[in-house]
Amino acid sequence: MQIEMRGINKAFGGNKVLKNAGFLLDNGEVHALVGENGAGKSTLMKILTGVYTRDEGTVIVDGKEVCYKNPKEAENAGIVFIHQELNVLFDLTVEENMFMGKEITNKFGVCDKKSMRDEAKKVLDRLGVNINPSTRMDRLSVGQQQMIEIAKALMIDAKVIIMDEPTAALTQNETKVLFQIIRNLREKGVSIIYISHRMEEIFELCDSITVLRDGEYIATKKITDTDMNDLVKMMIGREIGERYPERNAKIGAVVFEVKDFNCPGVFNNISFQVRAGEVLGVSGLMGAGRTEIMKAIFGDMPNVTGKVFIDGMEIVNKNPRDAMKNGIGFITEDRKSEGLMLEDSIMKNISIANLGRISKNGVLMKKTEDDLVKEAIEELHIKCFGPSHECNKLSGGNQQKVVFAKWIDTDPKVLILDEPTRGVDIGAKKDIYNIINKLAATGVAIIMVSSELPEVLGMSDRIMVVREGKITGILPKEKANQENIMTLATGGKLNE
Amino acid sequence: MNNKKLINYVQDLGALIALILLIVVISIISPEFRTVGNFLSLLRQSSINGLIAFGMTFVILTGGIDLSVGSVLALSTALCAKFIANGMPVGLAILLALIIGTGFGLISGVLITKGRLQPFIATLITMTVFRGATMIFMDGKPISNLGDSFLLKFIGKGSIFGIPVPVILFIAIFVLFIFILEKTVFGRRIYATGSNWKSAKLSGVNIDKTKLAAYAISGCMAALAGLILLSRLGSAQPTLGSGYELDAIAAVALGGTSMNGGRGRIWGTFVGVLIIAVLNNGLNILGVSSYYQDVVKGVVILIAVLSDRKR
Repeated sequence: MQIEMRGINKAFGGNKVLKNAGFLLDNGEVHALVGENGAGKSTLMKILTGVYTRDEGTVIVDGKEVCYKNPKEAENAGIVFIHQELNVLFDLTVEENMFMGKEITNKFGVCDKKSMRDEAKKVLDRLGVNINPSTRMDRLSVGQQQMIEIAKALMIDAKVIIMDEPTAALTQNETKVLFQIIRNLREKGVSIIYISHRMEEIFELCDSITVLRDGEYIATKKITDTDMNDLVKMMIGREIGERYPERNAKIGAVVFEVKDFNCPGVFNNISFQVRAGEVLGVSGLMGAGRTEIMKAIFGDMPNVTGKVFIDGMEIVNKNPRDAMKNGIGFITEDRKSEGLMLEDSIMKNISIANLGRISKNGVLMKKTEDDLVKEAIEELHIKCFGPSHECNKLSGGNQQKVVFAKWIDTDPKVLILDEPTRGVDIGAKKDIYNIINKLAATGVAIIMVSSELPEVLGMSDRIMVVREGKITGILPKEKANQENIMTLATGGKLNE
Repeated sequence: MNNKKLINYVQDLGALIALILLIVVISIISPEFRTVGNFLSLLRQSSINGLIAFGMTFVILTGGIDLSVGSVLALSTALCAKFIANGMPVGLAILLALIIGTGFGLISGVLITKGRLQPFIATLITMTVFRGATMIFMDGKPISNLGDSFLLKFIGKGSIFGIPVPVILFIAIFVLFIFILEKTVFGRRIYATGSNWKSAKLSGVNIDKTKLAAYAISGCMAALAGLILLSRLGSAQPTLGSGYELDAIAAVALGGTSMNGGRGRIWGTFVGVLIIAVLNNGLNILGVSSYYQDVVKGVVILIAVLSDRKR
């Protein structure tokens, strides 16, 4: 299926989201659609699939101008959008999910479960995934759930599948499987529109690439005609120089130590140290227990035994409040559900972790609060109208900066970062790296969990690798490379 | 942009505009309605629901609900009446009633925080149990030999400079709660708990304590409302306050507070309380049958909530 979108304009209220945006898709290609957050990628795809209607412009599918009124019409034409937030019903089984809205029924209108199960099995086999169709959806991993979404697309004989950040929640292995499936689909003539922030993946997987910036079409290139720097330049409209800023924090004494941390069935024998000004990267596969270890340190995990020391003194964190009092900050991996109160202002979000600082005898001091928040907005370059700007109206990068501001203001001695740049566009990523380095330079000990290997390698002084709840190695900077980390993360041994 | 702001502003004031419209319309139709005396009695009538609704606002802001307020009101009032009938000094009995009401609220709070029950279920339980306990305690009969205490009469029937004491309590609590919610650390915690409890917890807010406090406040307000009723009626009744939770929740909803928590204001509840009071009072004066009154109330709430959703 060939798709051509030309001169697409779209505004929400007075806000022009797309300005002369366009896109060209050929038969059986994997076509990356890239751009910073807010560049209009999702909006453009939503216009293609009839979620939104365009204000101006043409969409031509296989030579005919079309204007789908809703996603159903687009699906009937063979265009399926797999959203980043998967559209699955967790309490239902795989087959029920797959046949939602298109159940096979007998002549009395009663569901024909057997036919559905057989059909589901057939589609899953075609995909080459081994999932029992009568499994409940919530028993599956996110990766498997994604496979089900793809299976749903195959069931209706999709010619074009749009995937929005499909690997955001996948493990390395699941990503591999997904890529294989995408390649198989391409062989069969299915085109994939692949929206992603992960440059490495795009270069590994895609045939061509279209860049959008600020709602405008910038360029389409064959993947072989471009490289990472070129791409980044097109995306942000300027060179950002080195992806990872230079680090020159002085590494001081041991500030933080974990000894013999255990949590039955989750992790065991976790012991490590972090020094003042040091960034300790934490790597490992999804589900290795990295987040759980961090939550345990922060007092947000039951049944944990072991000791934690700050500046050589043992501390006990029964809950996040204790951890904060003891000088620990925690930026969680899930900004939307744990990091922020999305519907509230920047001010309320920053204040909530700093209430002691901005109050006297339990009464808020408006001026102190205002100053604190305004300073943070300036310091971290948060793009907003002001302190009362609602967080869900900020870009991902700016949201993350709000989370950073909130924790920096608590003056932590140890700051734990769990996937600090997830869902953050490239320009803002660099801002965040700069913030991290600046913090380290003031002597904060930083623990950074990240699934992006280049990020861990680019930012850390040492890298701790976790596998199945155990530390399999702590690599000094000289020995840290992708191979060594993957070896440790997957259970191999390093040759000395 | 300016247009949009104006629309937002009007929607923010939607409930207030509705209230003013109601007052104007009913005033035009009925001369009886538009007297100072009637307005004062309207305010006095609304003070009971008002106090309960203020407490309810705290609970709903945390993302909960308190169905037990009517029963808490009945049981704490019954106990207070019994204390007085048994010769306890009235001041002490009143103080005890408030403490007991607070304690009953805490029981709901403990079921929710420690027992991990849904607020709806937890307070459905306390509502049922406290009502039953009231019946048992009073053996189904009113307690009316309350003596001739000035203090007891003062709460419900007294006035200062011509303003009824219940109205003064109503306004005083209104101002106090605005201060608490807008200007204190505790207020911020209430909002944060309802807005996103996970984020609040990880930011160092003691979620359980905050919720407990909200239910305690709700219980205390129910008991205070009960004392005004006790004073006005001169006796405690076993069925006192039944169904009051619904009027209180309606007032909070009318005032634009989100039932999911995190968003809302006390002044909204204040307006909501007045809308319900004006409807009750106005429809009575206009001679509308009480069956129709309920339907009208329901429709008004529907309109208010629908206009709120468009935001």
